[in-house]
Amino acid sequence: MSLSLEGRTYVVMGVANKRSIAWGISRSLAHAGARIVFTYGAERSGKNVQELADTLETETFVYQCDITSDEEIEATFRKIKEEVGTIHGLAHCIAFAKTEDLAGTFVDTSRDGFAMAHDISAYSLTAVAHTLQKHEMMTEGGSIITLSYLGGEKVVKNYNVMGVAKAALEASVRYLANDLGPYNIRVNTISAGPIRTLSAKGVSGFNTVLNEIKEKAPLRRTVSQAEVGDTALFLLSDLSRGMTGEILHVDGGYHIVGMG
Amino acid sequence: MAEAETMERVKKIVVDRLGVDESEVIGEATFKDDLGADSLDVVELVMELEDEFDMEISDEEAEKIATVADVVNYIEAQSQ
Repeated sequence: MSLSLEGRTYVVMGVANKRSIAWGISRSLAHAGARIVFTYGAERSGKNVQELADTLETETFVYQCDITSDEEIEATFRKIKEEVGTIHGLAHCIAFAKTEDLAGTFVDTSRDGFAMAHDISAYSLTAVAHTLQKHEMMTEGGSIITLSYLGGEKVVKNYNVMGVAKAALEASVRYLANDLGPYNIRVNTISAGPIRTLSAKGVSGFNTVLNEIKEKAPLRRTVSQAEVGDTALFLLSDLSRGMTGEILHVDGGYHIVGMG
Repeated sequence: MAEAETMERVKKIVVDRLGVDESEVIGEATFKDDLGADSLDVVELVMELEDEFDMEISDEEAEKIATVADVVNYIEAQSQ
């Protein structure tokens, strides 16, 4: 078993810019020799993604995919199968909530805000997994990962509806792992510590969170996109072939601390 | 830092991030209405500004920023 991903193809969904954790994952995959298929949702990310993809020394493909539409997911992945071929793994790095729902109190979350956060941040993983399975787009032995955060397990100030959506996402991973296991497809989660990304900065009071980690995490520092990327590489490669339904924390150990 | 220089650096970031024409980026232009920035654009701009000027912009301060001139004034005040 080796960490080389030469001749393999991975889909990375959700690169917004150079700070994205999805970009850290892409760099780790590219370093291991994988071909990478990027999908982005918002028009605004398209130019960033193409520019970033062009900097990698590996074959890359870029597609737009609005994950709130089943038809669009279907169309995008059919195109990927036709133009790129079957895939060996997928990294789902997508989340969104309204700014007003990422500040103040969770009890004030609107029906609409709750639905939107869950649709984009949690259901999209199931929708993509469904499409992959329906069209047999992933090879046997394939691996799917998604990104979560401690706020899905414990209360984290201001994370609010996104914490509830991450809990749904983590539970989805367990059910998907059980459904896809018989096909030898694995599904795992990385719960990353806070990193200064576009999504994280959208949560009110983010700078304070970083300081708390530097003070209290066992490693006494925050983690980087590259560190999450390398864990993703492990989960997407055969080195982790005995694992599925798991949540790996890449957070400098912060989640083990009760009272720092 | 000279105010004109700060304006130039801010202008470059705004043009690059929002894909607007340089001539549109004037002091009184508002990010949301005049330059068409959505909530994520604003967050991204704040991050670019924090990096470019090596400073931290708190959420409270970020909320007060409406126009290009507000940004320049804030940076000038911080660097004094």
